[in-house]
Amino acid sequence: MATVPLELALLLAGVLFALGLAGVLLRRNIIFVLLSIEIMLNAAGLAFIVAGARWQQVDGQVMFLFILSMAAAEVAVGLALVLQMVHRFGTVDSDVVSRMRG
Amino acid sequence: MEVAFYIAGIVAVIATFMAITRRNPVHALLYLVVSLLAVALVFYVIGAPFIAALEVIIYAGAIIVLFLFVVMILGNVVVRPAELDRHLQRPLTYVGPAALGLVLLGEFIYILVRGAPGQTGPVAISPQELGEALFGPYLVGVELAALLLLAGLVGAYYLGRPKQPGEPEGETDGDRSA
Amino acid sequence: MLGLLWLVPVLPLVAFVLLALGGARMPRAAVSALGVGLPAAAAVIAALIAITFGASPPAGHSYTQVLWTWMPVAGADFMPQFALHLDALSIVMMLVVTWVGSLILLYSSEFMEGEEGYSRYFAYMDLFISSMLFLVLARDLLVLFLGWEGVGLCSYLLIGFWYKDENNVRAANKAFIVTRVGDTAFAIGLFLLFSSLGTLDIPEVLSRAAQQWPAGSAVAAAAAALLLGGAVGKSAQLPLQTWLPDAMAGPSPVSALIHAATMVTAGVYLIARMHVIFTLSPLVQWFVALVGALTLLLAACAALVQRDIKRVLAYSTISQIGYMFLALGVGAWTAAIFHFMTHAFFKSLLFLAAGVVILAMHHEHNMFAMGGLRRRMPVTFWTFVAGGLALSAFPLISAGFYSKDLILFEAFTLPRGNVLFWLAGFVGSLLTAIYTGRMVFLTFFGPAKHEPGRQPRWRMQTPLIILGVLAICGGFINVPDFLRTALPAPPESEHSGLQIGLESATGALVIVGILVAAALFVWRRAWADALYRLPGMAGVHAFLFSGWGFDWVYDHALVRPFVTLARINRRDFIDFFYTAVAWLNIGGHRVLSATENGRLRWYAAGIAAGAVIVIAIMVL
Repeated sequence: MATVPLELALLLAGVLFALGLAGVLLRRNIIFVLLSIEIMLNAAGLAFIVAGARWQQVDGQVMFLFILSMAAAEVAVGLALVLQMVHRFGTVDSDVVSRMRG
Repeated sequence: MEVAFYIAGIVAVIATFMAITRRNPVHALLYLVVSLLAVALVFYVIGAPFIAALEVIIYAGAIIVLFLFVVMILGNVVVRPAELDRHLQRPLTYVGPAALGLVLLGEFIYILVRGAPGQTGPVAISPQELGEALFGPYLVGVELAALLLLAGLVGAYYLGRPKQPGEPEGETDGDRSA
Repeated sequence: MLGLLWLVPVLPLVAFVLLALGGARMPRAAVSALGVGLPAAAAVIAALIAITFGASPPAGHSYTQVLWTWMPVAGADFMPQFALHLDALSIVMMLVVTWVGSLILLYSSEFMEGEEGYSRYFAYMDLFISSMLFLVLARDLLVLFLGWEGVGLCSYLLIGFWYKDENNVRAANKAFIVTRVGDTAFAIGLFLLFSSLGTLDIPEVLSRAAQQWPAGSAVAAAAAALLLGGAVGKSAQLPLQTWLPDAMAGPSPVSALIHAATMVTAGVYLIARMHVIFTLSPLVQWFVALVGALTLLLAACAALVQRDIKRVLAYSTISQIGYMFLALGVGAWTAAIFHFMTHAFFKSLLFLAAGVVILAMHHEHNMFAMGGLRRRMPVTFWTFVAGGLALSAFPLISAGFYSKDLILFEAFTLPRGNVLFWLAGFVGSLLTAIYTGRMVFLTFFGPAKHEPGRQPRWRMQTPLIILGVLAICGGFINVPDFLRTALPAPPESEHSGLQIGLESATGALVIVGILVAAALFVWRRAWADALYRLPGMAGVHAFLFSGWGFDWVYDHALVRPFVTLARINRRDFIDFFYTAVAWLNIGGHRVLSATENGRLRWYAAGIAAGAVIVIAIMVL
C-alpha cells in the first residue's frame, strides 16, 4: 500500500478522460468511438476509486462496480448496433449514418 | 510502491494515446489492454485490490474480448477502412478535439489546484467490506444493475440476430435517393 | 304575459344559432320554416304582450325584466344588468321590428329561392332582427350598445351577402367603416355618461341627468353631441350618409330590412330614448334639427336624378330619416316615432315591390330600361302605388300624410321649431312628390321595353298586400297618443285652423309635385329632355347624381391620404421591433436546425462543449 498525492491521482483520471473525449471527437470509425467511451468510463471509475481511497470509504468502489456493469451492458448493445450498421450500410463510418427520419 | 503508481500512470496515458490514434482496431485494442492493465495497477497501489482484479478480468478480459470478436466478425470492413482515416492525415482535424479536450483538462487541473491537498489512505479496502456494502445499503442498486445487464443482454440479442425473411430491406442507395 | 318578454329577442336568436350550426345540412323547406317561423312566433308574442300592456298597463307604464347581471365590476360600482325594458316607445319599436321583419322574411323565402347560401341568408337576417330587438328593448345602455353593434355587424354581412362580386364587398366595408365613426362617438358618449353619472341604466341615467345637470350645461351638451354622432352614423344622416346608397349591393329584402325596420332607425330610437339629455342642451337639439333639415333636402335632390330604382329608394330613406331628425330636433318626439312607423310600412313595401320588379326584369336596376309594367304586374303596381302615395304623403288617403304633416305642423308651432325648419320640410315634400312620381311613372307607365319574366307567387304577394294596406291605413293608428306615457307630448294646440291650413298647403304641393312628375315623364318627355339640355344642367345633374359629391370629398380628404400614408408606411416602422424579434427567432432556428445534421461526432462535440461551459461557469 502506498499513499500517493490525491491531486496526481485525480490528474491521471482527468488526462485519461480528456484523451477519451478527444478520441470520440476525432475518429469516424464507430469501433473507435465505442472504445473511447470505454476509456472515459474507466477514467470516471478511477476518479471514484481515488476518492474512496482518500476518505477510506467503501462507497467509491461500489460506484465503480455500478459503472462497470453499466459499461458492460453498454458495450454489448453498442457492438450489436455496430453489427446492424454493417449489415445495413456495409460500413463503420459514423458520418454515413447521418440521415434522420420523421 | 509510489514509483509503481507513477510508472503505471505514465504507461496508462501513453497507451491510451496510442489506442485512440491507431489505424488498425486490433492494434488499438491491444494498446487499450495495456492501458487498462496499467490502471488496474494504479487501483492496486492506492488500496483497491479487488477492483484491480475486476478491472483485469472484466475490462481487459471480457469487454476487450467482445470488441475483438466483433472486429474479427466484421473483418475487412473494420480492419482496413482506409477512407475512414484519410481525414486523420490532415493536421486541422486534430485542432477541434484537442482544443476541447485541453480546455476540459485545464478546468480539471484548475479545480485540483484550488482544492485542499490530500493523500490517499494507507489502508486497503478489503473485498469483504465491499461485499457487505453492496448487499447492505446498496442492495437496490445491485438489483438495478442486474436489471440493466439483463436489458443489455436482451437488447444485444435482438439487435444482433440474423436478418429475418420479410423484414424491410436496409437502406440501399436507391432507398436513400427516394 | 309580460313575463314572456325575453322570448321576443331570444326566438330569432335561437333561429340564428340553429341555422348557423346546422342550416347547411337542412332542406330548404326546413330552413325557411325555422328562419321565418321563429321570428313570426316572436311577432305573435310581441303582439300579445302589447295587448296585455294596453289593456292593463303596469305601474308607471313600464315593465322591467332583469335576466342577469352582466359582468359586475365590484370596485368600480359597475353593475350592468342584462335587463329588458318595456314601455310605450319600445312596444311600438318592437311591434314594427317583429312584424315588418317577419313579413320581409316571408317574402325572402321565395325571393331567395334560387340563391346559394339560403340558410346563411336566413341566419344573418334572424340575427339582425334579434340584435335590433335587443337594441330597442335594452334597459341598460351597454345592452343597447350590444344590439347596436350586432345590427352593424349584420348589415355588413348582408350587404356583402353576394361576396363573390368585389363591388359588394367594397359596399359592405364602406357601410361598416363609416358607421364605425359614429359608433366610436357613441362609445365615448357612454364613457362620459358613466363617468359623470355613475350608471348606464337608462331610466336612472335620465333621472340623474335631469337632477344633476343644469339646462345648457357643457357636459350635457357634450353627451348629447356624442350620442348624436352615433345616431348620425347609424341613421345615415349628414355627414355620414354616404354608406347607405352603396348598401344597395345586398339583396332587395335586405335593403327593406335595413331601411324600414332595423339599422337606420336605430339612431332615431336612440335620440328619442335619450330625449331628456337632448332637452337639456338646446344647442345640440337645434343641431339635430339642422342635420335633419339639411339631410332631407340634400337626399331629396339626389333622389331626383338617380337611374337605379334602389338608389332612389335609398336616397328617399335618407330624406325620410331626415324628417324624423327634424322632428326630434324640434322636440316633436312622438311625431318622429309615428313617422318611423309609417315609414317602416311604406319603405319596406317599396323595397319589396322593387325587388319583385327587379327580379321580373332579370336583375335590371335601371328605371329607364323599365316601363309599362302597370298592366302586366297589377298586384305589384297597385302596392307600389300605395307605397309611393305614402312616401309622397298624398293627402288623406296615405299613412305618410298624417305622420309627415304632424312633423311639419310641430316644426312650425313648437317653441324649438321655426319657420325655416318648416320651410325645409315643406320644400322637401315637393321634391319627395316629384321623385316618387318619377319613379312610379318611369317604372310602370309608358311603353313596355321588356317582357317581365318571373311573376311573384303567394309568399311574395302576401307581404306586399299586407304592407300596402298598412301604408294606406297605418296613419289612422293614434300612435302619438299611445306614446304619451313614454315621451313628452306636445302641448295641446290651439291652432287647429292653422293645422288645417298647413296640411292643405302641403297636400296641394304634393299634388303639384306629382303632376309635375307626370308631365315630365309621361305626357311630355320632350320637356324633361329640354330641361336636361339647358346650359349648366349637365353639371348640376352629375353633381346631384353623385349625392352632392360627398364621396368625392371623402375620397380625397380621407381615403387617399390614408392610403398614401399606408403606402409610405408599408414596411411598418413601428412593427420593425417586433419583426426583428421574429427575424432573430428565425435566424436562431436556422442555426439550430443546421446543427441537427445527424452526425454523431458533431453531437458529441456539442455535449462536450456544453460540459466545458457548465464546468467553467461553476468553477470560475
